[in-house]
Amino acid sequence: MSLVLKAEGLWKSYGQKAVLKGITYTFSPNRIYALMGPNGSGKSTLLRILSLLDPADEGRVIYTDGASTPLEHDIALRRRITLLLPDIGLFNASVLSNASYGLRVRGVKGKEAKKRALKALSLVGLEQKHRQNALTLSSGEAQRLALARALAVEPDVLFLDEPTASVDAENTGVIEKIILEMKGRRSIILSTHDEAQARRLADVVLYLKDGLIYEG
Amino acid sequence: MDFLADALRQALLLLVSPDAELLGIIALSLAVSGSAVVAATVLALPFASVLAFKRFPLKGGLLSLMNTFMGLPPVVVGLLVFLIFSRSGPLGFLELIYTPYVMVIAQFILAFPIVTAISHSAVVGVDPAVIDAAKTLGATPFQKTITIFKEARYGILSGVMAALGRVMAEVGAVLIVGGNIRGYTRVMTTTIALEADKGDFELAIALGIVLLAVSLLINSVLYYLQRKGKRQ
Repeated sequence: MSLVLKAEGLWKSYGQKAVLKGITYTFSPNRIYALMGPNGSGKSTLLRILSLLDPADEGRVIYTDGASTPLEHDIALRRRITLLLPDIGLFNASVLSNASYGLRVRGVKGKEAKKRALKALSLVGLEQKHRQNALTLSSGEAQRLALARALAVEPDVLFLDEPTASVDAENTGVIEKIILEMKGRRSIILSTHDEAQARRLADVVLYLKDGLIYEG
Repeated sequence: MDFLADALRQALLLLVSPDAELLGIIALSLAVSGSAVVAATVLALPFASVLAFKRFPLKGGLLSLMNTFMGLPPVVVGLLVFLIFSRSGPLGFLELIYTPYVMVIAQFILAFPIVTAISHSAVVGVDPAVIDAAKTLGATPFQKTITIFKEARYGILSGVMAALGRVMAEVGAVLIVGGNIRGYTRVMTTTIALEADKGDFELAIALGIVLLAVSLLINSVLYYLQRKGKRQ
């Protein structure tokens, strides 16, 4: 069952500065949203709150899966959503171990976890490097591995915080292709500074300005 | 010079064909120090985890205490443990004084702050992005903690090896609480001290060579771990 995500009056401040000022928006399932806005506009903050990594100061993040009752923000819900951060934080372990991490914490056992992780690695063209230590990958490969790691758990909602910000054109192309292949199959909310990229990938382009969200 | 050369020759002969006493001393040293470090590690890791992740009053004080206790003088620890476990001490009824068990306890006290302080330092040094990644990939708080310890493994192992090196080389604590009883509580360091005092150098030199070899091995492992940790 696909997840519907609703932000309801989200506020977040850092010190005296309010970054989000009552964001309210409903994200329909299985669509791609691109979130745009200048540096410091609150894109990362919003993604961290929507993905339940950080709490909002005020307001609610509501997930529903068809029923009208909001889902509890428990581990079961958290395991249906994944956020790929700009600082990707690869584990000091093999590429395969990184890719299978999300599966292993969900209790998927050895062979099955390996099979599914290798499948995710093949999507990003890293299956040949599955024995290599992840920290020895190039920055583009590292970003692709982080994407594979997120895809391996097949989340209903995938948040991507500037997924191509630190990679070259070739790797950007690979990542964009993967995102487009997921179109219509899961909800993706990504932040980007690249207007053309946002138009290429997204069903809906959103702008964050003065702490509020607007459809473009 | 002749007596030195002779003692060295005798020591090497002893090492080539070791007798039961030499092997027993080496085995007891490894057993006592190994047990102390294993016990210290088992208790220090959860304690380091609490110090790293929980907020509570006196946390800073406890951390300072652990760092200070890394340099505890072994004779002071030996004296303290002796006073506690001697017949008239509060735990004298356990009748552990002059046994290998109380030697383990004394060395545990020396090892615990070392493993705790170095593990704590390794754990808090883990990249916050890795912790966020574990959370976003669905790890429970316990799974996240395990992941953090895995990431800090080289630093933690360095702490364990440093503690092992320290307790293997100490003499003051085990001498006081173990009593250096032949065939029962005599370990490498206490035997070296005793044999040197008696002027019987061959066994002392033979054990000195073994102790140096163990120390070299520990330091080599430590160097390897630090190199591996830095490279990755």
